[in-house]
Amino acid sequence: MIQVRDLHKQFQSLHVLKGISLSVEKGKVVVIIGPSGSGKTTLLRCLNALEIPTSGSVQIGDVKLDFSQKPDRSRIPLLRRQTGMVFQSYNLFPHMTALQNVMEGPVTVKKEDPRKAQSKASAVLAKVGLGDKLDHYPAQLSGGQQQRVGIARALAMDPQVMLFDEPTSALDPELVGDVLKVMKELAQEGMTMVVVTHEMSFARDVADEVIFMDQGVIVEQGPPEQVFRQPREERTRQFLQHLQGRDTP
Amino acid sequence: MFPNNLFENPDRLNRLIDIAQSSFLPLVKGALLYSVTIALVSFAIGLIIAVFTALARISGIRPLVIIARIYVSIIRGTPLLVQLFIIFFGLPSIGVRLDPIAAAIIGFSLSVGAYSSEVIRAAILSIPKGQWEAAYSIGMTYMQALKRVILPQATRVSIPPLSNSFISLVKDTSLAAAITVPEMFRKAQEIVASTYEPMLLYIEAALIYWVICFLLSILQDRIEIRLDRYI
Repeated sequence: MIQVRDLHKQFQSLHVLKGISLSVEKGKVVVIIGPSGSGKTTLLRCLNALEIPTSGSVQIGDVKLDFSQKPDRSRIPLLRRQTGMVFQSYNLFPHMTALQNVMEGPVTVKKEDPRKAQSKASAVLAKVGLGDKLDHYPAQLSGGQQQRVGIARALAMDPQVMLFDEPTSALDPELVGDVLKVMKELAQEGMTMVVVTHEMSFARDVADEVIFMDQGVIVEQGPPEQVFRQPREERTRQFLQHLQGRDTP
Repeated sequence: MFPNNLFENPDRLNRLIDIAQSSFLPLVKGALLYSVTIALVSFAIGLIIAVFTALARISGIRPLVIIARIYVSIIRGTPLLVQLFIIFFGLPSIGVRLDPIAAAIIGFSLSVGAYSSEVIRAAILSIPKGQWEAAYSIGMTYMQALKRVILPQATRVSIPPLSNSFISLVKDTSLAAAITVPEMFRKAQEIVASTYEPMLLYIEAALIYWVICFLLSILQDRIEIRLDRYI
């Protein structure tokens, strides 16, 4: 479903991604962990070309973009149509209700019939537990509710892959559960997901594969029980110890 | 000894009241038919110019940026009255003869376009980058993101400064008197020429401008409240 080949990203002199290769099969959930500045968010943003890689290629479904040559910009929206993205700070459209936020993609981008899009959007919102908030504006919703609208907005485009960029990092602790629950349900339904998160319990319970990144490279990857219980790399072990130290003071 | 003194000469007071009454309708007519109408038309055209100028400035495409900057610099750097004179009295010498009203509308539109482009540019830049990214992430093109996501929010931000511009414009239409547009101030000047009562007529004109601008500021409040409903 996802094929990444030798991806590099440089911001001027800063080399953020140093040759990432990665493949994700359909229906799998991959969780990317790592210290801040490790390049995990940049990697995720390269997957839908919100960040244009310096070189390397990204393929999602049957859309492939090779950034080593000059990329064909007109194909970038195609790549993005394959993916749904959920942002750390939600980025809902504040001038639209929850329902309008979710309908916007299908109606404007896919030119769906507004009535059909509306009933579909209501269904998606009901699925994330917000069936009673259709006409609320983002400012009238809690962070957890806003993030679930964000998930619904991405789902309404019927993406092949869902990308999550620290979806719970901006939330109050008691609101994190609702969002994680929706993500778990999605995973159970067989959605292909790439998740950047600090929620180790989510990684342990839901991930098929955990990737540990540091300084722009993939240090270690494998099933969660292996990466968490028997990390092969010293750097992974240090990172996990540091997290545990923080979680149980 | 003081035949012109208001308080010792009841005839003079009556005459002033007469002139005030008979000049009121022509002045209001000049205001509505010309001042306000020219302002509305120029503002609409000017806003379209402003949006494109702002987009050109933001585009990062060098030739567009340069053209937009030169345009804004020329319009902002020269007096509106001088621009109107060039358009109305100057252009005929190179064969472009314009009706006074058309000349006024062109001059005012260019002026609004230049000043408001800076307002709109700032408003667009004030929308968080995440809004663009969210729009792109659901597959929108640049134009779709602009139209559906960015401009609606930028509009809210720019209402107060644009209202200011519009109110200024309504008053600036008095400059069109100098290029023979029969708007309110021109009308006032004509009546002064025949009655020799400058104080009365110019204060009357000022009051009518003030009432119009007062009504406009009420309208501005209404629009802001309406657009505030989701914040």
